[in-house]
Amino acid sequence: MSEDYLSDPNIGLRLIPEQASRHAEGVDMLYFALLGFSALLVTVLVGLVVTFGFRYRAGKTFRRRVTASHVGHRVEVGFALSLGVVFMALFAWAGKLYLNVYANTPAQATLNVVAKQWMWKVQHPDGTREINTLHVPANQSVRLRITSQDVIHSFSVPALRLKRDAVPGLYTSVTFVADKPGEYRLFCAEYCGTDHSRMRGKMVVMAPSDYQNWLTRNGTGTTPAAAGKALFRSYGCSGCHMGESSVRAPSLDGVYGRSVALANGGIIIADEAYLRDSIMRPQKHIVAGYQPVMPSFSGQISESDVLQIIAYLQSLKPGDWRTEAP
Amino acid sequence: MATNDVAHHFDNAEQQARAVALGIWVFLATELLLFGGLFSAFIVLKVQHTEVFSEAATHLSLFLGTLNTAILLTSGLTIFLTEQALHAQRRTLAIGLLAATAFLGCAFIGVKGYEWHHEYQQALLPVLDVRFHYPGSAPEVAELFFNFYYIMTGLHVVHMLVGLGLLAGMGVAVIRWRQPKTLNRRATLIALYWAFVDIIWVVLFSLLYLQGA
Amino acid sequence: MSNNDEANSPKHYLSDPWSIRGWLLTTDHKRIAWMYAVSITGFFFLGGIAALLIRLELLTGPGDLFNSDTYNELFSLHGIVMVWFFLIPSIPATLGNFLVPLMIGARDLAFPRLNLLSWYIYTLGGIFTLGAVVAGGVDTGWTFYTPFSSLFSNTAVIAAVTGVFIVGFSSILTGLNFVVTTHTMRARGLTWFRLPLFMWANYATSLIMILATPVLSVTLLLIALERGLGIGIFDPSLGGDPLLFQHLFWFYSHPAVYIMILPAMGVVSEIVACFSRNPVFGYTGMVLAIMSIALFGFVVWGHHMFVAGQSLYAGLLFSFFSFLVAVPSAIKTLNWTATMFRGRVTFSAPMIYALSFLGLFTIGGLTGIFLAALALDVHLHDTYFVTAHFHYIMVGGAVTAYLGGLHFWWPKMTGRLYSELWARVAALALFIGFNLTFYPQFLLGYAGMPRRYHSYPEAFELLHILSTLGTGILAIGYLLPLGYLLHSLFRGERASANPWKATGLEWKTSSPPPTHNFATTPEVNEAAYGYQ
Repeated sequence: MSEDYLSDPNIGLRLIPEQASRHAEGVDMLYFALLGFSALLVTVLVGLVVTFGFRYRAGKTFRRRVTASHVGHRVEVGFALSLGVVFMALFAWAGKLYLNVYANTPAQATLNVVAKQWMWKVQHPDGTREINTLHVPANQSVRLRITSQDVIHSFSVPALRLKRDAVPGLYTSVTFVADKPGEYRLFCAEYCGTDHSRMRGKMVVMAPSDYQNWLTRNGTGTTPAAAGKALFRSYGCSGCHMGESSVRAPSLDGVYGRSVALANGGIIIADEAYLRDSIMRPQKHIVAGYQPVMPSFSGQISESDVLQIIAYLQSLKPGDWRTEAP
Repeated sequence: MATNDVAHHFDNAEQQARAVALGIWVFLATELLLFGGLFSAFIVLKVQHTEVFSEAATHLSLFLGTLNTAILLTSGLTIFLTEQALHAQRRTLAIGLLAATAFLGCAFIGVKGYEWHHEYQQALLPVLDVRFHYPGSAPEVAELFFNFYYIMTGLHVVHMLVGLGLLAGMGVAVIRWRQPKTLNRRATLIALYWAFVDIIWVVLFSLLYLQGA
Repeated sequence: MSNNDEANSPKHYLSDPWSIRGWLLTTDHKRIAWMYAVSITGFFFLGGIAALLIRLELLTGPGDLFNSDTYNELFSLHGIVMVWFFLIPSIPATLGNFLVPLMIGARDLAFPRLNLLSWYIYTLGGIFTLGAVVAGGVDTGWTFYTPFSSLFSNTAVIAAVTGVFIVGFSSILTGLNFVVTTHTMRARGLTWFRLPLFMWANYATSLIMILATPVLSVTLLLIALERGLGIGIFDPSLGGDPLLFQHLFWFYSHPAVYIMILPAMGVVSEIVACFSRNPVFGYTGMVLAIMSIALFGFVVWGHHMFVAGQSLYAGLLFSFFSFLVAVPSAIKTLNWTATMFRGRVTFSAPMIYALSFLGLFTIGGLTGIFLAALALDVHLHDTYFVTAHFHYIMVGGAVTAYLGGLHFWWPKMTGRLYSELWARVAALALFIGFNLTFYPQFLLGYAGMPRRYHSYPEAFELLHILSTLGTGILAIGYLLPLGYLLHSLFRGERASANPWKATGLEWKTSSPPPTHNFATTPEVNEAAYGYQ
């Protein structure tokens, strides 16, 4: 089978991959610390086995004494406690780094990544699309909003020490700041069928100005928010939500990030997952004071269209719809 | 081993009885986890789709569900009485009670079958290419509820069928009336299994039917 | 008892009576152990052939030996056969079946017919799955992740999950039998804290089999129903949750790792004590470690899902428990080493296997810490680092210990001695071949190479070539025992009742033991491992 279309970046074998972000350096530090710790334990173990095996080999005479059991207990407990302390330190260290990339922190640019068998589809904030390649600006915080339209995939960039599953029906996200321009490998890491191993590409980190130039050269001119606005109309959402008909539906300007009171008495923050659910399974969260009349759009709208409508809703500020005629 | 009912590898009857009793309890523990996996999956999704699941539950027949609960609990009573009758070595009474238990078990399956048939007619049975037609809101999530309903009640009915098989074997043994002293031990095991199937049904009933009420 | 000739020994189990019917309908736990041994050996070499083909394909970067679908079916075959049909039954169903009654002075397991039934379920289920996997091909991997397995794969998934489902019942029955036997059939005076650690390990394993396997069964059933009848609960378009499958799956499959490794730990405890001529250091600590590993094994399943989209708090919690579960394993390693202290150590073949286990298991365990560390797991998840890690535990750990145990109890099982020289050569070949195969995979993993890749960037070729070379040596390490052990069956020197001068009730009866194990019911009045 031809491998022609694969665009593996031409970087050789590096046992420690390039460090394209501060986070990568942090992860490597942790890796070295653990390597040192492991090397120490393995050396001690091998040393003891060799020493005991030689010194106490059968036929050799030495003065035998029985080790008292309380000495044994002390050794065990002491070993367990000191390991416990080391482990808790490692746990905290690793956990902190984990939250750095996975916690839902605001970022300067949010890119949509939709996985399908067997390609990565990317959309930039200005609407530019690309496949299997991901251009990002250096030194800016970038957030990826990842989902899948068929099976589970996993977005993996070793140079950033990053990986996140793309799960159908779910948004996952990672945040990173790449600080070293260059080309890096991009893999699908979760087995996804026939061409799993060909679902790979590259991430291109560029200086911010180069990135802007690249966007201008490749851009379509339609931002996701603008495209979403058109979709909002063509799917008929505006009919109810913008008050053109008699059906009462909640107004959506400024809904993003707000807390919404639900009919069952609960309160929910209107994040991306909530907006997606409200489109695909409107019965899941009924807003207090409204009837559950909205039909589900599940199966009738593509994942990338949903993402664009969400982008449109995110772009709205409270009161936008009052000043702007729909 | 016909003359001596202690198998060769046990020291005595008491050891064998302990082994068998522990065996059945361990077996029931595995059964509990078999259903437990399903229960926890159901509860996780129910938390995610509380309202749709509650609405879908109203499409089940609460009357038939309650009827079946009553039938099954009564059969739990009759199998307990069977065990007692065998303790007292009363053969005819035991046969009658066994028959009653088996009859109640069949009645349960009959009612369940009628219920499924009824749901099939209402197009609520989304098996294979049968189209699922649901009058309420969020039909696709309701389908999820019904999928659970069929899987859980189906698995329960499979267990009922196994129970009926055990009852039949027991019936034959009681009618023959050989070694009557060992029969009540066997009855205890079957009664334990039957009680377990009862309890599973009560949990199913409250998970599936009662949340719509 | 010391000098056992065929002439004066009582009729032993192998020859009583030797007929097809006498074997296929036997309820003797020792014969059933042999039947299991034959079945799992068949499955092991089948899975091994798949592994060889995989390694051959990976010699070069472009996928040029097979096409992608064939490759995917090969690694699925390898995983399904090795995990479900070899590793899970391996030690408990063979050595466990043989030794549990012997070690506690019983005449058989509590339910001998159930034991035979479990072999039939296992073997028929295995052949059924194999038919499906070989004839139809299955390309889901051994993990059957939804929605790929339930909605997208075009292969014989239903048949494969049905087979694994069936085989699950055999491990439930084995577990049930062991638990009941250990509770009710111990010889007089054999209290819980006088049990050999192998018994404790099998007991803990059995508890896991009993409690976790049903959850797997029902999960696989759900996949079959979703594929076959269209009544699914994982389908995202119905609001089902693909992550729910992973939770249910790993709730079994993580403890399943302990089903594989705990019995191995039991075997190693017996061997190290015997060839150091010392009681196991810290017996009570070892028992507590075994039981706490079994217990904590149930609360760490989420560490397979750190990048899958579960909540951050769940990630933190599972990471925390995963670090904790490493502590008892570390204590066991310490205690095995300390057992050699002031002993009289001999490096017989079983001891070499046991020490190989110690080294490989330690590396496997330490790299497990790397994967429990959240941020590192994000980088290493689903890479060759993970592949190397679990092969170090399951192959370097469990399989090495299985071979060690097989050598250790071979005289007892067959009444024959194998060639010590060849056994040492094989043990060394295995240790070297194993490390050459899997150590480069750690490096590949950190360099970023993902798992289950049919083709890969050329930069990774060098390490893959080393790994494939190692596979050749490893294969020799596995084929040699097959040769000299079979040879010893016919030509081996006759073994005495206790060739290693080991303690434990199994060594107090003749080799091979008579059908009902003991001429007189033994009585125990001392702790385990009374080595002087």
